[in-house]
Amino acid sequence: MTETPQSPENLPAGPGATPEPVQRGERTGMFGARDTGDTSGYGGLRTPILFPAAAVRPYGGDFDVIADAVEAAIPDGHVERIVVDRGELTFVVARENLAAVARALRDDPALRFELCLSVSGVHFPADAGKELHVVYHLMSLTNDGRRIRVEVTAPDADPHIPSVVDTYPAADWHERETWDMFGVIFDGHPALTRILMPDDWPGHPQRKDYPLGGIPVEYKGGTVPPPDQRRSYN
Amino acid sequence: MATDSTIFTAADPDEVEQIDDLDETVDVYAAAGEESEGRVFNAVGGDWDDIVGEVGSRPEERIVVNMGPQHPSTHGVLRLILELEGETVTEARAGIGYLHTGIEKNMEFRTWTQGVTFCTRMDYVMPLFTETAYCLAVEKLLGITDQIPARASAIRVLMMELNRVTSHLVCMGTGGMEMGATTVMTVGFRERERILSIFEMISGLRMNHAYIRPGGVAQDLPAGAIQAIRDILPEVRQGIHELELLMVENPILKGRTVGVGYLDLTGCMALGITGPMLRAAGYPLDLRKSEPYCGYEKYDFDSPVRTGADAYDRLWLRLQECYESLKIVEQVIDELQNNPGPVMVEDKKIAWPAQLAVGPDGMGNSLAHIKEIMGTSMESLIHHFKLVTEGFRVPAGQVYASVESPKGELGCHAVSDGSTRPYRVHFREPSFNNLQAVAAMCEGAQVADVIVAVASIDPVMGGVDR
Repeated sequence: MTETPQSPENLPAGPGATPEPVQRGERTGMFGARDTGDTSGYGGLRTPILFPAAAVRPYGGDFDVIADAVEAAIPDGHVERIVVDRGELTFVVARENLAAVARALRDDPALRFELCLSVSGVHFPADAGKELHVVYHLMSLTNDGRRIRVEVTAPDADPHIPSVVDTYPAADWHERETWDMFGVIFDGHPALTRILMPDDWPGHPQRKDYPLGGIPVEYKGGTVPPPDQRRSYN
Repeated sequence: MATDSTIFTAADPDEVEQIDDLDETVDVYAAAGEESEGRVFNAVGGDWDDIVGEVGSRPEERIVVNMGPQHPSTHGVLRLILELEGETVTEARAGIGYLHTGIEKNMEFRTWTQGVTFCTRMDYVMPLFTETAYCLAVEKLLGITDQIPARASAIRVLMMELNRVTSHLVCMGTGGMEMGATTVMTVGFRERERILSIFEMISGLRMNHAYIRPGGVAQDLPAGAIQAIRDILPEVRQGIHELELLMVENPILKGRTVGVGYLDLTGCMALGITGPMLRAAGYPLDLRKSEPYCGYEKYDFDSPVRTGADAYDRLWLRLQECYESLKIVEQVIDELQNNPGPVMVEDKKIAWPAQLAVGPDGMGNSLAHIKEIMGTSMESLIHHFKLVTEGFRVPAGQVYASVESPKGELGCHAVSDGSTRPYRVHFREPSFNNLQAVAAMCEGAQVADVIVAVASIDPVMGGVDR
């Protein structure tokens, strides 16, 4: 799985169309001073946050084999986008197709991703209509320890994603954690309850709109504000 | 004596049933409007033993026992909810979250380098594995995986393998203690202490080292460290052998562990189990062999496999893995002795500016570096200041890096938005995942087997709850 690391700067140009990197937000300023005191001019800097673009064939290494097998096993249109980045293969799937895709990934003889190692969420408040991302890391023991990532998105307004627990029982606690931390509702999960936070906890702590919390700390006459209120670089 | 007591003294069983039907849901002490759940036993007077005997003799009675939330040895705070029928567990559920400290959230508010200080506190029994997984992920995001100096990788392997021994010793020691064998615990912790003193010598701390950093390690091995490791290796090996003699053929231990906590390969696959539990079920998955990282392909070692899929085989595997880890340690210290070199990546925009020098008081800075930034070069000072306060920027994207920890696959999913701080870091903790197997391993077994089964998972709640 040796693959040239790709970043938005050195993406291969595809025949016909050049894939555009995906913008998931914008960074303003540079030195973390948002209100006053920045006379550097950098405060007006606006940098788009660009995530890697869709990959163009050939993906390199094993990835073409995996992508071919996925194409053969999963009906057209179920995989929205394939991203090859830093030697890892990601399938972006529409949420309504997730259950079928997961089942095919596990059961198709050419794929056989038996292990669902991890489910985790990422919150992109500026990615309109796709604020919540849920990421599954799959591994195939039959096929030489191949690994892929499946990514599904849901809007904040309708945070529903079908559960994969009936395909991968291992995802049970991981999905509960993602619900607990991000508020993603996994439809069809056998018991979607909080797992790390107390049952009556308000809010979902890992979301970006949830404050870190903390108290100012006094030390030798000076006061250090809590980490999320300190001036910091961005 | 009140009439209620006749429930327990009546000779005719039919009569007992009749009275029960009348009274069983009436709780005379309940406040007005309070509903009783299930059968109520109103005992007024009488002999306590008779009452208990009467309650216990009803075969349809199921008792729900809340085992915890407590601190079983050093595993952390775990709560097990067991439904019992007599001594048999009919349902087992694990309740977790008592050690949740929001480490992943906190990491989003510090620089990439400071993240190590947080993640090392997740699973405090195997801190160096968490650090390595995180650093491998950050390095993959930066695209500098190939530039990590060989010596830094070798030191990482050295620290991880020593850490694997300590982790297994804790697992076996506390596992033994939970079964009542305190000698196993004292021997295990005695040997662990020797290795912790090596950790202290190298990193300055026995636990929570924050020693492995993005780009390499915090500092090179101090003088005398390799000799110190050489000195303790025979003692540690002897101690592990002592444990082996104590446990492997011990009929009491075998009686407690053989066939207990059974989870076969199918179960492991379904529940995503990796590590010694999977290898004890017969599948030789070891990431050090299948996807070598940090130069593991250079070392000669075995990854033992058993097929019993029970607590005994997991214990046996952990013992053998200790020997294999010591074998790797020997090869690494030979390599380190002969190959001096840098322990941090060359790129000055990423590498931590100062190699700390441990002073006589156990802390301190490199005098040469202080002299340079304070006395000679303004640019060095600015560079030092920028890198330490601002950190480095990591190109946007996401990666997943994993290492073979003593408990299974430890993965780190790191997402960057191109800034100086992690956008999101998620750890795939093997303890968290493997604890899901409690129900599959304990249901149908005895209460005493629950302890053995949970100990054989080797969960550390600091890692489970993060």
